[in-house]
Amino acid sequence: MIELDCLGHKCPLPVIALARKIRNVGIGDVIRVLADDPAAANDIPAWCRMKEQEYLGSPAANAFEVRRLS
Amino acid sequence: MDAASAVPLHPVAAEALTAALADGWADPARLYSAGRRAQQLRDATHAAFAEALGVRVDEVSLWPSGTAAAQAAVLGGLAGRARRGDTLVHSAIEHSAVLHAAARGKATEVGVDRLGRLDLDAWEQAVAAPGVALASLISASHEAGTVQPVAAAAGYCAEAGVPLYVDAAQSVGRVPMPAGWSLLSASAHKWGGPPGVGVLVVRKGVRWISPYPQDDLYRPGLPGALDLPAAVAAAASLRAVLGEAQAEAVRLSSLVDRIRERVAATVPDVEIVGDPVERLPHLVTFSCLYVDGEALLHALDRQGFAVSSGSSCTASTLRPSHVLEAMGVLSHGNVRVSLHRGTTAEEVDRFLSVLPGLVAGIRAEAGM
Repeated sequence: MIELDCLGHKCPLPVIALARKIRNVGIGDVIRVLADDPAAANDIPAWCRMKEQEYLGSPAANAFEVRRLS
Repeated sequence: MDAASAVPLHPVAAEALTAALADGWADPARLYSAGRRAQQLRDATHAAFAEALGVRVDEVSLWPSGTAAAQAAVLGGLAGRARRGDTLVHSAIEHSAVLHAAARGKATEVGVDRLGRLDLDAWEQAVAAPGVALASLISASHEAGTVQPVAAAAGYCAEAGVPLYVDAAQSVGRVPMPAGWSLLSASAHKWGGPPGVGVLVVRKGVRWISPYPQDDLYRPGLPGALDLPAAVAAAASLRAVLGEAQAEAVRLSSLVDRIRERVAATVPDVEIVGDPVERLPHLVTFSCLYVDGEALLHALDRQGFAVSSGSSCTASTLRPSHVLEAMGVLSHGNVRVSLHRGTTAEEVDRFLSVLPGLVAGIRAEAGM
């Protein structure tokens, strides 16, 4: 699994980094974003909904997993 | 374009304020003629509020702000029912003033859906639970514009015997209020009155105990001198605004429809927030993906547009808006546009013509 370290980055930087990085992930593969900005827990699932990717949830504090669908 | 925070002073308010500064400076409790004039002005102001809101004069009290009135509604409503219970039921999208008052004791939060509409099934269950003293529902969210099902929520409260407090700051002076509530508050600078005037209505038969120490006169309201000239101006402007409210709601609502439609069509990767139909006439919110809300706010300011944002980077708390979080909509790149009687169609069109370029510029800087 690819891990994207955005700890310390303010929103919208983690979502921008996720949108860029997911291009390097195979369809069906999972990317884990580490982000501690208080908006990340809301905006990463919202991004997945808007860009039709699958939000898998938060397995740990400040960690968010996304599966590339398209 | 930030009417939801404060509206420029209505001309009627400015006129009334000047007149009342000359005529209403004295202490209304004093027995000399200037004091009696101030007392008459104060009584006439209460009567004007009562008539405008369709309630009895002795149900109206005036507070130093809408926030103070909202907190007095919650704390006084809870205190009045202390023997029956100690829990406040409130929606997840109440004004932060209500949430802070709620944090003083036990509270049950009821969620909203993606469009910002109250979960009525959860509300019915929550208000029927034992130990509920008071329920609190904002008439319409100041951040998303979605109008709440106040009448239905009030019905469930009535069945459970729980008084309902409605924070009507965004609705009074713009849209009619449904019946069924027990307490209601409003804020004058949202309708074109001066800042620093809040109105609280407590219906007859509703037990309310002031959360503050009282004065010798046992008047409801915060002890101490009322800003009478400001209150006079607030009442006069409310009457004027209600006279034009229907026509203004139609005009502003069509401008909001135009913003909703054009922003969606001209800005890629944008989420228009809130219920497109059951909404306030004058308010629309949208979020732009990959955009720093603060950067967009400043870019719009440089073009002469004053807007608000629920993005974390623009908040004093550095947290995203609790309303946008409760709805689960994108919180960064967020812009709230709220219109008033001085907003023209030409201004809205100019806003719509500059917005796509500003968003594209900020995205390009971020490498998107």
